[in-house]
Amino acid sequence: MLEIRDLHASVEDQAILNGVSLSVGPGEVHAVMGPNGSGKSTLSYVLSGREGYEVDRGEVLYDGRDLLELEPEERAAAGLFLAFQYPVEIPGVGTMTFLRTALNALRRGRGEDELDAMQFLRVVRQKARALGIGDDMLKRALNVGFSGGEKKRNEMLQLAILEPRLAILDETDSGLDIDALKVVAEGVNALRSPDRAMLIITHYQRLLDHIVPDRVHVLAKGRILRSGGSELARELEAKGYAEILSEAA
Amino acid sequence: MSRVAAETVEQVRSLGDRYKYGFVTDIESEQAPKGLNEDIVRFISAIKDEPEWLLEWRLEAFRHWQTMTEPNWAKLGIPMIDYQDAYYYSAPKQKEGPKSLDEVDPELLATYDKLGIPLREQEMLAGVAVDAVFDSVSVATTFKAKLEEHGVIFCPISEAVQNHPDLVRKYLGSVVPYTDNFFATLNSAVFTDGSFVFVPKGVRCPMELSTYFRINAANTGQFERTLIIAEDSSYVSYLEGCTAPMRDEHQLHAAVVELVALDDAEIKYSTVQNWYPGDENGVGGIFNFVTKRGACIGARSKISWTQVETGSAITWKYPSCMLHGADSVGEFYSIAITNNYQQADTGTKMVHMGPRSRSRVISKGISAGRASNAYRGLVKMLPGATSARNYTQCDSLLIGSKCGAHTFPYIESQNRSARVEHEATTSKIDDDQLFYCRQRGIGEEEAVALIVNGFCREVLQQLPMEFAVEAQKLVGISLEGSVG
Repeated sequence: MLEIRDLHASVEDQAILNGVSLSVGPGEVHAVMGPNGSGKSTLSYVLSGREGYEVDRGEVLYDGRDLLELEPEERAAAGLFLAFQYPVEIPGVGTMTFLRTALNALRRGRGEDELDAMQFLRVVRQKARALGIGDDMLKRALNVGFSGGEKKRNEMLQLAILEPRLAILDETDSGLDIDALKVVAEGVNALRSPDRAMLIITHYQRLLDHIVPDRVHVLAKGRILRSGGSELARELEAKGYAEILSEAA
Repeated sequence: MSRVAAETVEQVRSLGDRYKYGFVTDIESEQAPKGLNEDIVRFISAIKDEPEWLLEWRLEAFRHWQTMTEPNWAKLGIPMIDYQDAYYYSAPKQKEGPKSLDEVDPELLATYDKLGIPLREQEMLAGVAVDAVFDSVSVATTFKAKLEEHGVIFCPISEAVQNHPDLVRKYLGSVVPYTDNFFATLNSAVFTDGSFVFVPKGVRCPMELSTYFRINAANTGQFERTLIIAEDSSYVSYLEGCTAPMRDEHQLHAAVVELVALDDAEIKYSTVQNWYPGDENGVGGIFNFVTKRGACIGARSKISWTQVETGSAITWKYPSCMLHGADSVGEFYSIAITNNYQQADTGTKMVHMGPRSRSRVISKGISAGRASNAYRGLVKMLPGATSARNYTQCDSLLIGSKCGAHTFPYIESQNRSARVEHEATTSKIDDDQLFYCRQRGIGEEEAVALIVNGFCREVLQQLPMEFAVEAQKLVGISLEGSVG
């Protein structure tokens, strides 16, 4: 489904990714772990098409298509979703309005009919309840004055509503207490399905106790240094990154 | 048929009446000769069969105007206007309207579509299907009958001069005297068009009054004059605007609006202004030089201005409140959007005279392209304004790096117990916000519209519902092409 080949990318002329190769099949959950500054967030931004992230070499295929030539909204329409590490506040725009605008934009992109306000309300209510999100939060301006946990739950709500085929979760666990972490993990697990792939980017192993990945990759210095099964995450937790980094040196 | 459509019918019909009216009096030509002199002023007055006192008032205004010069204090670059190279009276031409929408400029229709205007109203806007309008006379009659039943007068100001001369004479120029400023004085001399509203004591006007489509249909209205009087304990909400870009050959639009609120009366005046802004290179467009002022004469009276200004090449307007009454309230809610080469210098004046008078100003300026957008606001506390309060909030949003936003607050206080607050912010549309929206599948232009509408929310909320929806769409349309 997602095929990253020898990806080199830079930000403001500084090389961040130095040849990342990664293959994620349908139904698979992969975790990308790495120390700070290893290029994890850059990888998620390059995949989602953020401006200012230049691809210098390599290619990314998504269902056999060249992902890199698509605009961010086209990637979204194709089913790519990024749960942001720092969800953005948009004052004056109600959370509900935003969600509906996004869903209808995606539906238009896919040639489906837009949902009217009532149909949409039913969808949102049901999905929000599962994540412990009340009507009150849906009425507030998007992410404005939300706590860290609320912001992350809101990302998970969007994930649940937009039903992407490839979800990238960028440090979704950061800033969450253990209860919020469980809620988020349950939300993600509920979305695991044979035709949906996920890429979970994280610094710590604790999220992976709740969302057990099929594969774990260690990203450092802009390259994948090691790949393995879910046991690799526990090994990292025990030994830290230093050993792998020194092995690679 | 919707209420707005019913009002349209009424407006179009009244136009027809005036049109006929303009021609019984005279005259070989539809237009007064080019230029401006006392004879032209007399001509306009004569063609409208005005009483002597009004002619005299116009002439005094004209004589005064000749001693004045154009204001040059605004942050605007205004090209020279040759006042002698213009027509000051032009009856609506009896041109053949298009027979069907097939004959209407497709670009204009595309804009109507974006605004979500129903087909039937599109036909009216484009001046098609006049028959349909007359088919609906019964609807219009119902509308008029309902207002009459409540004693509300709503008619063209020229009609009011004939039918309600005492009211017009008492209030015309009482808020904006003919000596007021260059453009208002010019208007006083040559106004040809406009609305008159009178709401009697204790009456809550049963519907929103709207000039909505009249200006569209009229193809005139360079110098409108509007006068609204709300007697004790009455309420009226008045909407003016056009939902479609004007294809108007006229350059200068110098209107005057006067509002009078007596004890416990409330007037809510909403404008959506979308005159032709000129093209993306700054060629053409309307100069919108407008004087709007309301007098809260009575105790506990309230005047609230809401404006959404997205059109015009140059906008120069400061809807104001003169707060005479004790405990009177003035409000100004504004969204001004400038794109390409548009310029706007707009704001308000809140002049507090009555004790405990209060005013609230919320201004949202959005600038894109190479446009310039200035907020200019005066808050004045006169000696009588004991314990008066003002709160002003001015937010500017910039899109791109070639536009400008400026804030010019003027605060004068002559009463130590009065309190004035001013807050201002300037921000740029945020790349993070745009990317976030796009990642969720929302295209760039829709994302800008969404973010800007969020920025303007406090003001949009003040508009009557059907206007608010259109204004939201207008915000998106007027910023098209501002990103990427």
